[in-house]
Amino acid sequence: MTTTITHSWYMMQRQLRNLARQPAYIAFTIVSPAIYLLLFGALFKKVVDLPGFGADSYINFLTPGIVVMSALYSAGWSGMGVIQDLDRGVLDRFLVSPASRSALIIGRLTQMAVVTIIQSVIIIGLGLLVGARFPDGGIGLLALVLSAVLLAAPFGALSCAAALMARKEESVIAAVNFVLLPLTFLSSVFMSETLMPHWMQKVALFNPVNWSVQAGREALSSNADWSVVCTHLGYLVIFALVCAWLATQAFRSYQRSA
Amino acid sequence: MSRNGAAVVLRERSDASGVAMTTNSSEQTPAIEARNLVKTYRGDVHAVDDLSFAVQPGTIFGLLGPNGAGKSTTVKILTTLSRPDSGEARITGIDVLREPDRVRHVIGCVAQRSGVDLEATARENLTLQGRVYGLGGAELKSRVAELLERFGLTTAADRVASGYSGGMQRRLDIAMGLIHRPRVLFLDEPTTGLDPEVRADTWREISRLATDEGLTILLTTHYLEEADHLAQNLAIVDHGRIVARGTPDQLKGELHGDSIQIELSEISDSGSVQNAIERLGIVRELMVEGRTVRARVDSSATAIPAVLAALDGAGLPVASVLVSRPSLDDVYLRHTGRSFSEADTEGVR
Repeated sequence: MTTTITHSWYMMQRQLRNLARQPAYIAFTIVSPAIYLLLFGALFKKVVDLPGFGADSYINFLTPGIVVMSALYSAGWSGMGVIQDLDRGVLDRFLVSPASRSALIIGRLTQMAVVTIIQSVIIIGLGLLVGARFPDGGIGLLALVLSAVLLAAPFGALSCAAALMARKEESVIAAVNFVLLPLTFLSSVFMSETLMPHWMQKVALFNPVNWSVQAGREALSSNADWSVVCTHLGYLVIFALVCAWLATQAFRSYQRSA
Repeated sequence: MSRNGAAVVLRERSDASGVAMTTNSSEQTPAIEARNLVKTYRGDVHAVDDLSFAVQPGTIFGLLGPNGAGKSTTVKILTTLSRPDSGEARITGIDVLREPDRVRHVIGCVAQRSGVDLEATARENLTLQGRVYGLGGAELKSRVAELLERFGLTTAADRVASGYSGGMQRRLDIAMGLIHRPRVLFLDEPTTGLDPEVRADTWREISRLATDEGLTILLTTHYLEEADHLAQNLAIVDHGRIVARGTPDQLKGELHGDSIQIELSEISDSGSVQNAIERLGIVRELMVEGRTVRARVDSSATAIPAVLAALDGAGLPVASVLVSRPSLDDVYLRHTGRSFSEADTEGVR
């Protein structure tokens, strides 16, 4: 157990250090959410005037959406790092050593959590800069970041699992593209749930991305209904556990097929 | 009387040495032991087919074979990366299948695919590797410094490995495999893709590891010279099976006479070449591959003029003739029925 924790720490350190050495990656993770926030913020500014939208400022509405969406995207692509480790033999090198097997996955997931937290803080800051206001901030913002992390963990695990199964960059890119965009638009990231077509509302009920946005947005609203927040966070925890289990299975199957 | 006494003394001596030998062999557990290993991949490919061998401590053992012969699969099984369908394996007496965790502490591995984290420096790579084996603090620091020094990486130690040359990366790879002072080292194709000069350096380093540090080394290679140069004992693997084993000299010694290799000026019908030469009745193991004709003869001095005359008479112009003492290539040819380079390209395909 202690070995798993210390090894996870070493693995997380390695991931974070390697990320910090890729200026392009850092630029991308900061710039792309900023672009989403500004572009979509300007493009859809008027949708709040639609009857029944249920918010008075679109930037207030959008900021938690972009926090969640960015968490989803960086987590979704994390499998690419696994592919690189596979190709370079780094994974095999750890597998012939006494390195804790679960630390290889946990290290990646904790690294993702750290990245998500930093990214969320930056996006919230940007939101505030362009006029978003969260009067009851504090706990609400913390809950938003937590919901983003709880979304990043399962999708990060799924992405790693896909990488371990497919073992080819192209397949992982295709799978990730196939999944991320529909999940984003089948949620209330950009559009209020009340204005979605009926069938889409039904689908969104089962969409983890939507659970995460709902939890974050509810936590930020005045008179937040915390039972709604907690229920959605609870769904995310269960989903994360299922995905973590899937990732360990994918890992086992990789070892079996070696 | 005196003759009798001498005989008694002699017998005593031989008895004593006999006893010494048996205790010796029972004490010395092989460093690596593989027994009847079988591994089949999807599609019924017998990657490893009933492979058995033992490696004595402190020696270098070579698994020689073309690409796709099953060498890497064997190494994967022995290093706990892959499980065989059947058979067993032990490293310094520890069962690989039952106690993989204990085995992992005893072995060091340098795989064909490097395993160096290219975004990290040599020092960081070595440090992480050491930590994973439970090293830490000042001990780890000095061990890292020692290995950096030894493999000539001190000046580059804090540069990111993606900027290293192939030789530097390979040296870092070997250093990483040694960080925890393993007793058995696996080197899977250690010099593939290196230029000749770097290869010679790597060879020197590998022999030094076995002689100075008493490491047991299992080396896979598809370079005949490499096996010949480094391995005290070797096994030739083909289609997942061992087709010959022994010391390089023993293997070559099994072949009598000289080997001759003739390059024809142009590709000719192999049947007519064979006819022309076989009729002479002085060559053995004749092989024709494209323009190359290989054969074994008892005496090259008498055989070559006759062979050349025969080829000339058949209208087959000769470009060059090469005579050599038996090489491992000839050993390979004899045991598998095809030349090494042919098998190697076959494996790639």
